[in-house]
Amino acid sequence: MSILRVEGLSKHFRGLKAVDDVGFEVEEGSILGVIGPNGAGKTTMFNLIAGAMPPDSGRVFLKGQDVTGKPPHVIAQSGMARTFQLMRPFYSMSVLDNVTIAVLAGKGGHANPRDHAAEVIETVGLGTWRDSPTEGLPTAALKRLELARAVALRPRVLLLDEVLAGLVPAERAPVMELLERLRSEEGITLVFVEHIMAAVMRLSDSVLVLNLGRVLTSGAPDEVTKDPRVIEAYLGEEPTRADS
Amino acid sequence: MTNNQQSVSSSGTGVPEEDTATVPAKGRGRRSLGAALGRSQLSVVAVLAVAVLLAYLLADSPVIATQAIVTGLLIGGVYGLVAMGLTLIFGVLDIVNFAHGAFLAVALFITYWLVSSMGLHPYVTILVTVPVMFAVGWAVQRGVLSGAMGKPLENQLLITLGISLVIENGLLLLFGANPRSVPLPGDRTIGILGAVADLSRILAFVGALVLAGVLFLVLQRTRLGTAIRAVAANNAGAQLVGIDTRRIYALTFAIGTACAGAAGTLVSPLVTVEPSTGALFNIVAFVVVVIGGMGNVVGALVGGFVIGLAEQLGTIFLPGQSPLLSVFIVFVLVLFFRPQGLFGRTS
Amino acid sequence: MTQTVAVDRTSPAPLPRKPWNRHLLAVAVLAVVMVPVPLLLPQAQQAVAVRVMIFALMSIGWNVMSGFGGLFSFGHAAYFGLGAYTTAWLLVEKGLSPWIGMAAGVVVAAAFAVVSGYLLLRYRLKGAYFALATFAFAEMFRLLATNSDVVNRAEGYHIPLQVEESWWWLQFAPSSPNYFWIALALTVVALVASILFLRSRTGQFALAVRDDQDAAAALGIPVMRYQLTTMAISAGITSVAGAFYVQYYLFIDPDLAFGSAVSIQAILPAVIGGVGTIWGPVVGAAILGPLSDVTATVLRNPPAFLSFLEGRGGLDVVIYGVLLIVIILVLPQGIYSAVRQRWFRS
Repeated sequence: MSILRVEGLSKHFRGLKAVDDVGFEVEEGSILGVIGPNGAGKTTMFNLIAGAMPPDSGRVFLKGQDVTGKPPHVIAQSGMARTFQLMRPFYSMSVLDNVTIAVLAGKGGHANPRDHAAEVIETVGLGTWRDSPTEGLPTAALKRLELARAVALRPRVLLLDEVLAGLVPAERAPVMELLERLRSEEGITLVFVEHIMAAVMRLSDSVLVLNLGRVLTSGAPDEVTKDPRVIEAYLGEEPTRADS
Repeated sequence: MTNNQQSVSSSGTGVPEEDTATVPAKGRGRRSLGAALGRSQLSVVAVLAVAVLLAYLLADSPVIATQAIVTGLLIGGVYGLVAMGLTLIFGVLDIVNFAHGAFLAVALFITYWLVSSMGLHPYVTILVTVPVMFAVGWAVQRGVLSGAMGKPLENQLLITLGISLVIENGLLLLFGANPRSVPLPGDRTIGILGAVADLSRILAFVGALVLAGVLFLVLQRTRLGTAIRAVAANNAGAQLVGIDTRRIYALTFAIGTACAGAAGTLVSPLVTVEPSTGALFNIVAFVVVVIGGMGNVVGALVGGFVIGLAEQLGTIFLPGQSPLLSVFIVFVLVLFFRPQGLFGRTS
Repeated sequence: MTQTVAVDRTSPAPLPRKPWNRHLLAVAVLAVVMVPVPLLLPQAQQAVAVRVMIFALMSIGWNVMSGFGGLFSFGHAAYFGLGAYTTAWLLVEKGLSPWIGMAAGVVVAAAFAVVSGYLLLRYRLKGAYFALATFAFAEMFRLLATNSDVVNRAEGYHIPLQVEESWWWLQFAPSSPNYFWIALALTVVALVASILFLRSRTGQFALAVRDDQDAAAALGIPVMRYQLTTMAISAGITSVAGAFYVQYYLFIDPDLAFGSAVSIQAILPAVIGGVGTIWGPVVGAAILGPLSDVTATVLRNPPAFLSFLEGRGGLDVVIYGVLLIVIILVLPQGIYSAVRQRWFRS
């Protein structure tokens, strides 16, 4: 049974259809990449799935249960975590405290939440900044903090919104390794929105292509990227080299 | 100072989530009139109609009910003027001016002083109070409030609270708590539709509507007004098209304060002149602004009438209680059913 | 500064220690040091010290909601007054001990906080709206009290004098140091409560909600629940200040309970000392308390050039207002935070 199933999801903002009849399924433990030109509705779709805003129509099923329109904290408690495109740290706290909050909020009564948070921080590669305040952290660190918080929740499904954006190639590799490890070692299902084609090709088991709020196509990564419709949708966009 | 999260929730959608009740309906032209008569406005009209009906049924005699309606509408015009100034300030500067009522009190005392020491006619003093309060508003925004811009909004709110306390208690110190009055020469009672009203009340009403109309025209028809509406609607965008937002902030605050000042002069023959009078109009203006939709100038005027009516009808429904009690009941009801106000939007 | 994010392979540094025990120790030291104070101070200064602690209590309460919770209240007088009137009413009308009244006041204030908070927070309206509404609520209570026969209208309540000193009735001779010690105990409890709050999961979640509501929700934190909890705690602490006030000054009326001067007395110490810090309200109260005493003295016997002020009220509130404005403009993070920052930098 698919761990995440979306059917007919739609949302419009005063006449503009941001998400239009989007549906897909994700098997547990698989990685789905979501791509599409800017304005395709990817982040809105995440917001709808994660409960940040209610859809106009459609359904979201998590582990077989209908979670459509439930508030974000309920969905997070049900096992689906998400990161934000614009990093949203708890600005008054240190990195460690940020992740500790996530540990406290998540499942599993840890005997020592701070220790566990420190472990997650190491895993994500944020160790040097562990005790730093979040103010003034470089983008790469903030991105990892988003990831660390989401991972610390021990979710079954992880929605990642452009977690590689703003990172230079050398910074991307460790994050991609981490994502692979999360899937292979923890069995976490990943759905990630990404612009960087190399990452999408390398990580995804399957790819979903959105354009103008609708699903253009979906399938295996190499099929999808060769699809003329997909290429056309990206026409006018700066082509991203597959080996960057 | 903590950064209180303003209410933009969904991040990075590219489509900004509507902040409730901050997009003013002013300037939306013909379309708004039709769209504005939406379900909530119609239900308010319905509630008012029912309230009026009940008033006639409950009152000892129909004349009392008519009297309440007439008095309510007359004072409602002034409430509307005061609230328009307050809501304009909110729409452009995003702050609630806690000192709005205090500014009204200052104008009230200026009028009193000019009338009692120089024997001027009360309404003539408006030629003094409006420019003076305009200047005061400008100075306060430029000199004090702008120093807290760029910091969390609470700082500015706290400053206006501080100003309100300084003014109100300063007036207390200077003038003492003895109630005074401003007589209107030639004041008499006039009959309207079977009820009576003081000439002073009618003139206050007329004056308020005239000034409200002027304000509305300035906002809709002048370049300045358009600039103000632009800053209210989209601050960053306004800057991009070359509007000097700093000047607009000062100007808007000054205009809003001038509205309070004008209202102060207009009501001087109607109310007891004491420092706490400002606080009274302050709290009423707050409720009116919430009812009309924060930032909505038309809503403020309409809300003024609604509150004026509610206040007076309240004397029939709740005899012996302060009329403000019914105002607060309306406030709580609005909070419960439609916090964004009549003309505000739900997110 | 470009820094690539490398995985740290050396063994990580030990976790930094949290300051809670240090703060608790400081509270203990403060309590011990303050205990002998009333025996050393003359009567007039004792009264100032008690006033300082009432301010501290009010502001510690305000700080929980506005500083830690990020929900800026402009009408904390509502909770203060509810505590005061509940105590007075239960004592005068029902003959119940002010301790019971104090507990009842906490319940009433907390209940009001939860209900009003729910109404105000459910639609994510702007902060200015919340400020306006809290202000309006306090004013509503003032008017309700002024016009209600149930609570004696504008006359308010005089607390009936007991014949003998009594702990049960919280009444002693005016010069008794017991008032000081009770106020000290209450303040210490409030301080400890705020420290334990911050240390707890509830407090941490409240801070997270304050910092970023959406991020907190995305982590599974039920935002509304923690906001309301924070508000209830804040209301409770401030209502205790109101209940004690009634017993100390033996009188309450609508203005003293719900007036906007009261709200500012809850805000100002925290602003002066540092909003969102543990000790800010205490530092600010220590500054504010003597200030209000000095102005009262000036008003009673003003110097020649201020003679027209004699007998008039309002000077202390004017000074509060000016102080508020000046601090916000010059030192918005408050004295305690500014000093702490300087200290750690050097």
